Amino acid sequence: MRILVVVKQVPDSRASLSVLADGSGLDKAGVRFVCNPFDEFAAEQAVQLREKRSDVDEIVAVTIGPAEALQTLRTTLAMGADRGIQIVVDESVMFDELYLARAIAAAVTRDEQGYDLVLCGKQGIDNDAGDLGPALAEYLGLPHIGAIVELVVNESGDRANAKRQIEGGLEVVETGLPVLLTCEKGLVEPRYPSLPNIMKAKKKPVETVDAKTLPGMAEAAPRATFIGLSPPPAREACTIIEGTPEEMAKELVRVLREEAKVI
Amino acid sequence: MSNSILVFVEQREGTILPASLQLFTLAQQLATEQGGQVCALVVGARIGELASDCAALGPKRLLVADAPPFRYYSPRAYTQAICDAAATVGAQTVLLATTALGRDVGPRVAAKLGGALATDCTSVSSHNGSLRIQRPSYCGKCIAELELPADGLRVLSVRPNTFAAPEPDAAPAAEVEPLAVDIDAIGSRATTLEVVKSDSMHKDVSEVDIIVSGGRSVGSEEDFSILYDLAEVLDGAVGASRAAVDAGQQPRDRQIGLTGKVVSPRLYIACGIDGAIQHLAGMRGSRVIVAINTKADAPIFSAATYGCVVDLFELVPLLAAECKRLLAADS
Repeated sequence: MRILVVVKQVPDSRASLSVLADGSGLDKAGVRFVCNPFDEFAAEQAVQLREKRSDVDEIVAVTIGPAEALQTLRTTLAMGADRGIQIVVDESVMFDELYLARAIAAAVTRDEQGYDLVLCGKQGIDNDAGDLGPALAEYLGLPHIGAIVELVVNESGDRANAKRQIEGGLEVVETGLPVLLTCEKGLVEPRYPSLPNIMKAKKKPVETVDAKTLPGMAEAAPRATFIGLSPPPAREACTIIEGTPEEMAKELVRVLREEAKVI
Repeated sequence: MSNSILVFVEQREGTILPASLQLFTLAQQLATEQGGQVCALVVGARIGELASDCAALGPKRLLVADAPPFRYYSPRAYTQAICDAAATVGAQTVLLATTALGRDVGPRVAAKLGGALATDCTSVSSHNGSLRIQRPSYCGKCIAELELPADGLRVLSVRPNTFAAPEPDAAPAAEVEPLAVDIDAIGSRATTLEVVKSDSMHKDVSEVDIIVSGGRSVGSEEDFSILYDLAEVLDGAVGASRAAVDAGQQPRDRQIGLTGKVVSPRLYIACGIDGAIQHLAGMRGSRVIVAINTKADAPIFSAATYGCVVDLFELVPLLAAECKRLLAADS
């Protein structure tokens, strides 16, 4: 069994972010970049499958992004992936996940062996979109299950059952392999790589490739054009309601009905 | 002319989702600005009765893919249905609601048809035939603006409650056109065996217009009952912060925030929630936010519309009683 893990580097969720004055992008000064948390679930799931089964031959990690994303790929290797593929793209295409998915598909289909499992995060916390996984499945011609919280791969490694979080419940889904899965919180708890594994990861092989040199990608361009980033519209200042709890309750219900018209 | 606007109408157990109804307002806006007719697609099994609800929203053509394999969502089967419908009506724009299903199927449709994609749009406007859209990104800390081209297919998913649903039309124009989808030609696909409801007693946060949400300072699962009481009066649902979920006070599917659910209800009442940046990422799109917290300097107040600096245990039961009194007076 061969497993592909897709990881992306994103700003730390705890960072307070600001937009460059001309709106052309994020002000990266002082911002820490980390592995997308949902992608860590994917990497952890891959490593746990290898620990539980005897038939996992190889775990390959692929990342796409600017050159600095190599750091995230190394973290995934330290978690237990065997080798890495780093696809380098210009930062300006990072918001178009269809384009990213095409580039990843172009990179991994160079290898005729293919993958039995492709594991991605449910979404990147940069674009907050979650387009990459399903789009990659389409480009690879694979079925997919999105936002899984539970996974069981059968003993012979040709079928899988997963539970997928939806509004108000869980879908119980069955599929044959190969399949692409996107990972939701609750699936697994990502490990912290140990120091020896971090050292080992530095020596693991990484292929670095420019997206434009991949098959069919020379002429490819994002279908959507990035116009700019802006801070979210400021909310009006909070109206503090004062008084005794009884007075607060009465006044709050009054403003919610008469001013805000929401109840 | 390939300039139709196709609305994918999502139904669950025979009821059309409000977020899907809202899409018809945007579809009409685009038809006025860019030309083209509004068409609709409903997918499911035994959904014949839904067609009239859908026709009342004024589509010029109404396609229905009604077959047993569509009983539950299946990514490739639904992708095929939407792609077939897009070809049948000559769609240039496909509109979906940003739901678990919409987020999942939209990218496949756009990838399959070589189109442009924008997920979770909160604003859409026409620009010389192209579309300018805005969508929250970076955990809601920024708004990204994108342009989808005037040529080729465009797939948009729209955040629930971005538009108000149109009034139903008393004299619907469209006849139902059955859409036959060749499912056997699709190849290997994932199949949903069943849907297990997480909590049959209470509504889910992604299905309601009003959310009453609690932080860890609520204290315990039993103490959450006062929030459930308020939610019930308001016909809403109970949400929770990550800290409350991690402390075992509420199940994970009630978590709102970066690694939980992103919600945009009409009213969000945050009880004992301080407002960590990851929590704000999940609810700052709510129309009206009420913060109830003893700490006057808690970050939640900077996101709130109305604030009460008070112990939630003192205020929430009074609030429930006051709302009950008011709503009883209405009926």
